Amino acid sequence: METNEIPQYSIETKDLSIFYGTFKAVSDVNLLIEKQKITAIIGPSGCGKSTLLRAFNRMNDFVPSSYVTGKVLMGGQNMYGANIDPVEVRRKIGMVFQKPNPFPKSIYENIAWGARINGFKGNMDELVEQSLRGAALWEEVKDVLQKSAYELSGGQQQRLCIARTIAIQPDIILMDEPASALDPISTLRIEELMQELKKNYTIIIVTHNMQQAARVSDYTAMMMLEKDGSRSGTVIEFSETKKIFTNPKDKRTEDYVTGRFG
Amino acid sequence: MIRKTFENEIQQVKDEVLLLGSMVEHAIIASVEALKKRDIKGAEKIILEDKNVNKKRFAIENQLMILIATQQPMAHDLRFLASTMEIISELERMGDYAKGIANINIRMGEESLLKPLIDIPRMAQIGTSMLHRSLTAFINEDVAAAQAIPIEDDEVDALYNQIYRELMMIIIQDPKSIERANWLLWVAHNLERVADRVTNICERTVFIATGEMNEIKSSDDEFWKGQQH
Repeated sequence: METNEIPQYSIETKDLSIFYGTFKAVSDVNLLIEKQKITAIIGPSGCGKSTLLRAFNRMNDFVPSSYVTGKVLMGGQNMYGANIDPVEVRRKIGMVFQKPNPFPKSIYENIAWGARINGFKGNMDELVEQSLRGAALWEEVKDVLQKSAYELSGGQQQRLCIARTIAIQPDIILMDEPASALDPISTLRIEELMQELKKNYTIIIVTHNMQQAARVSDYTAMMMLEKDGSRSGTVIEFSETKKIFTNPKDKRTEDYVTGRFG
Repeated sequence: MIRKTFENEIQQVKDEVLLLGSMVEHAIIASVEALKKRDIKGAEKIILEDKNVNKKRFAIENQLMILIATQQPMAHDLRFLASTMEIISELERMGDYAKGIANINIRMGEESLLKPLIDIPRMAQIGTSMLHRSLTAFINEDVAAAQAIPIEDDEVDALYNQIYRELMMIIIQDPKSIERANWLLWVAHNLERVADRVTNICERTVFIATGEMNEIKSSDDEFWKGQQH
């Protein structure tokens, strides 16, 4: 293989398991998350999708008693290594949540605030415009930047949260059901936006909506509880999205994507 | 079983495809029978009935479109619906071959057959038998059968080759027979194409069952190879 054909990975997990105390929530995940692609994590409720996603920016650190075994490599470095600052990890890996969660501040401040505390010293007006443009929201809000973010619609608020995330220039954006609280038009807007964002960022999205995973992602990881009755979730199949939805290899993936699971 | 409604609808599609298949099978056999007997009324009836074949194909196509639009089929379901779309189109074209044979029969008018029909009915018999079994394989997703049936196409090709040579000999001996020979050559050609399209149905069946899209064999190549000797 030519060296320039080797794909670039943003994140690589090696035998990653995630524990809450004695409970093993996610077991033995080995994934290669390709740079500037969209990777979807799908699977039934309670199989550990969000837990896995939160492990990618050390959000689980906030849960007492949680710990991981194995490795999550970012640029070849284990983000759970001893000398790693979780705050720095989270600066490089932004997150968008299910429910839009803007700050109770103006649209402008929602973007400026995070950038400021991250030490941004450049032209703030430019950064705000650039971020809002990047989140396909600028045209709708450019004349009302001082209005409260709470006056925006749900879909607009979610795009504001995306703008806020990209303002701190992360490498990776994690999305946990980013459109599940939105109407269909706002949902499609977010999906379109994701296609724009992947030109600059690596995106990992957790979604219950299989059609959404099929529409937006390049790769899909299918999660399921382990067959041993341990209630641990794991990735049972990881492949190109087009393969997962046309010819999956695992019978459980087939049953899930064709709606025959359960 | 979740998705019982969807599964019932898929079953209905399968039943309709079988019905379409049996209409086409009947049309092919009847077209050759009518030619053999120089039965013009029978030929006209086949042409009329071809309209029903077309109607049935469009009805199934519509049913498939609705399922794709409303059920968001994935994986095996998607392969089945998309492939069935192809299969009904193959069947409709086979119906057109029967209609073509009926048309030749009518255009021959008062002319008698150039020679008694022996190999042509055999081609029809083998072709329709292949068709029948290919649809059974499709319904049962029987990969082994779907891969075996196309091999029988060799026999149909050999018969076509034989008819071709025979007719060429007749034309050389008696150039006035060229039009009547040409009619029969077209009949044989239509039947040869029936068997080729059966191969396409078998390829789709393998695809539905396995997700692998492979050409099973190209009988056209066989035929043209035959012509070089």
